[in-house]
Amino acid sequence: MLGMTALDLARGQFAFTIAFHILFPSLSIGLAAYLAVLEGLWLKTGRRVFLDLYQYWLKVFAIGFSMGVVSGLVMSYEFGTNWAPFAKEAGSVLGPLLAYEVMTAFFLEAGFLGVMLFGMRRVGRGLHFAATCLVSLGTLISMSWILASNSWMQTPQGYAIDPHNGRFIPTDWLKIIFNPSFPYRLVHMGLAAFLSVALLVGGTGAFHLLRSARSGKPATEAVRVMFSMAMWMILATAPLQILAGDAQGLNTLEYQPAKIAAMEGDWTSEGRAPELLFGIPNMQTEHTDDPIEVPLLGSLILTHSLDGRVPGLKDYAPRDRPNATILFFSFRLMVGLGLLMLTLGVFGILARWRRRFYDSPLLHRFAVIMAPAGFLALLSGWVTTEVGRQPYTIYGVLRTADSVSPIALPGIATSMLVFVVVYFIVFGAGIALLLRLMGTEPHPGEPGPNAREPTRTAGTHPGPAQGREVGHATGVGVGK
Amino acid sequence: MSDAHVLPILWAAIAAFTVLAYIVLDGFDLGLGMLFLVERDPQRRDIMVNTVAPVWDGNETWLVLGGACLYGVFPIAYATLLPAFYPLIIAMLLALIFRGVAFEFRFKAGTPAIKRLWDLAFFGGSTVAAAAQGMILGALIQGIKVQNDQYAGGWFDWLTPFSLFCAVAVIVGYTLLGACWLVWRTEGELQARARRTARPLAVITIVFIVVVSLWTPALRLEYLRHWDVWPRVLYVAPVPVLVGALVVVFWRSITDEARHLTPFLCVLGWFFLCFTGLGISIWPWIVPPSIDIWQASSPPSSQLFLLVGAVVLIPTVLAYTGYAYWVFRGKVGHELHDH
Repeated sequence: MLGMTALDLARGQFAFTIAFHILFPSLSIGLAAYLAVLEGLWLKTGRRVFLDLYQYWLKVFAIGFSMGVVSGLVMSYEFGTNWAPFAKEAGSVLGPLLAYEVMTAFFLEAGFLGVMLFGMRRVGRGLHFAATCLVSLGTLISMSWILASNSWMQTPQGYAIDPHNGRFIPTDWLKIIFNPSFPYRLVHMGLAAFLSVALLVGGTGAFHLLRSARSGKPATEAVRVMFSMAMWMILATAPLQILAGDAQGLNTLEYQPAKIAAMEGDWTSEGRAPELLFGIPNMQTEHTDDPIEVPLLGSLILTHSLDGRVPGLKDYAPRDRPNATILFFSFRLMVGLGLLMLTLGVFGILARWRRRFYDSPLLHRFAVIMAPAGFLALLSGWVTTEVGRQPYTIYGVLRTADSVSPIALPGIATSMLVFVVVYFIVFGAGIALLLRLMGTEPHPGEPGPNAREPTRTAGTHPGPAQGREVGHATGVGVGK
Repeated sequence: MSDAHVLPILWAAIAAFTVLAYIVLDGFDLGLGMLFLVERDPQRRDIMVNTVAPVWDGNETWLVLGGACLYGVFPIAYATLLPAFYPLIIAMLLALIFRGVAFEFRFKAGTPAIKRLWDLAFFGGSTVAAAAQGMILGALIQGIKVQNDQYAGGWFDWLTPFSLFCAVAVIVGYTLLGACWLVWRTEGELQARARRTARPLAVITIVFIVVVSLWTPALRLEYLRHWDVWPRVLYVAPVPVLVGALVVVFWRSITDEARHLTPFLCVLGWFFLCFTGLGISIWPWIVPPSIDIWQASSPPSSQLFLLVGAVVLIPTVLAYTGYAYWVFRGKVGHELHDH
């Protein structure tokens, strides 16, 4: 198939399935936290608008979560089908981390998701809020384990190699989990999920503000509240994310300098290095074509000093170099989007200051365009760190070429084709559904995911009496 | 006895428990999906789905745990079995994708025609997943060709009359489990229909259990090694005897309108006993006939690390899963607990 090898296709399949997958957990991480905040505010203030927003975003959460579950199931088996030698050698380290993720997070999320979605009148408000918080906690725990495991593949430590069969033997689990790049990656990814969801919520609010303005009616309170909350969140997290990204860059420079060289399109190691704003790194000629440079900025950004030494790709044998053509652009896309997010946040606070926050079409259009920006930046960030880990699966220790299953090209090509078709149908339909939900304005008395079971408003306490009452009303008994 | 000897035994027990938990829990909701074939009424279909909506993804999480445990605790088995079953695994995962999203999508479908399409995805996904699991079971019992700790067979080794037979057996067994779940959790017409459907399914299931039990040792005589040795046979003999006893209890309860939960428990009992019987036959292999649980194991440092967590966390998981089931207890009707 187009001169591709089984290795290329196995990598393509993994990249495709995991890129689709990561969108949904990111949505779940950010939304679960937002839902917990909304429900907490509702319980504290008693304001109906928070419950309306809770019910509104809960529907989006339910769909996003189910797509995350099924696309994640694929990941937990794909290591075995396509990457059997990798699984055999490193399963002893990565398998237990994944199993801990399932036991501490997945069950927690799945167990309390049902209560969160369907249990508002069955368990009472306090317990329901607890369920929301536990689901949110589950998403954060899950993220921590999976980033520990990914970070270990980037900066492995705490292991020995079995002299008989070359397999990894874990020797120090604390070192494995708290490997050098883990804290940086955890913070960067956590902020990315929060920021992505803030942009999505803000964009949705802005969309409805624009629509109200066009139809001449005032925007509902729910729309204004969601837009305002999201814009505060963007203002707070966008600058933090830039700092977190900078810190991760310094960490990467220390542990994976080749990745940095490829991200920057630098071929020769030098001090007082310029920063390439643009160029086209060419892996064959070992040169970055058409460069636009800013003198000294490269050293300043990477080392925080004007004469710091930055690495060059020629320091590494050609077979040990990650693909600079991809990294150069994926990295710039992420950074560019990040700067736009910061701009949006600043624009928002200026509009508030001028009291134009809810009637600035320019701000609202900008926010609508930026709605998917967080997810796009998140994907380009992951492309940067994962392609930058090449040609290794476990950095410096196990090569990608030695990790792939000996599966024949036609087999893997067929499964790739089926994955692409099914993912586009299923997740295409799912994303269309999400867009339809978000395109509908939230309104007072917003129904929950149980469309036929409106949630009780303030004042009633769910209890056994209610079950009876409904039973009578509809002629259906409880426990007949 | 050393850690390297004991830990794999403990883990084999935990892994077996995980697989069994998955089979019985996702078994009834896959079976429910397959029952869509005989239930055409959209409202009754909604009720059926509502009986499992709050719990299905917890049920499926056991499959993720199974995969993760195999990966971390028996990586050699993980790395040989999954390539051996490659097309089946892919088919099962894709089927579970269709089925999993259909839970949400069918309720949010814009038109009845689109809803019927997602119903079809729910039915088709459940059936293909069950068939794939049956064939994986059959192919495992048959044995896997392995050289140098690596799968050495062909692309379609798993496709044999025996694995196809097992696929049908699992489909029928899951459907029976689903029907009995409905007897327990629904009422009125839906319950009565489930009761009627369960009877022929139960007969066929028992026939399949008997045939697979006789066919298995014919495939590989070693499977009899724990069954025909005195006095070990005393420990294993109760398995077929209990299956027989449960047949009697099942038949009485399925025809007795006052019994709602008993048929479901009986079928769970059959699944448990068949699984135990299979475990006895295969023990101590994990990839028959060449890799046993000790050869497949990760180092003791991995197994011990995970065991500490599993001992605390699995009971905790069971406790709050039980709580979630308890919250949504009782009969599910049209309006009472709806999506």
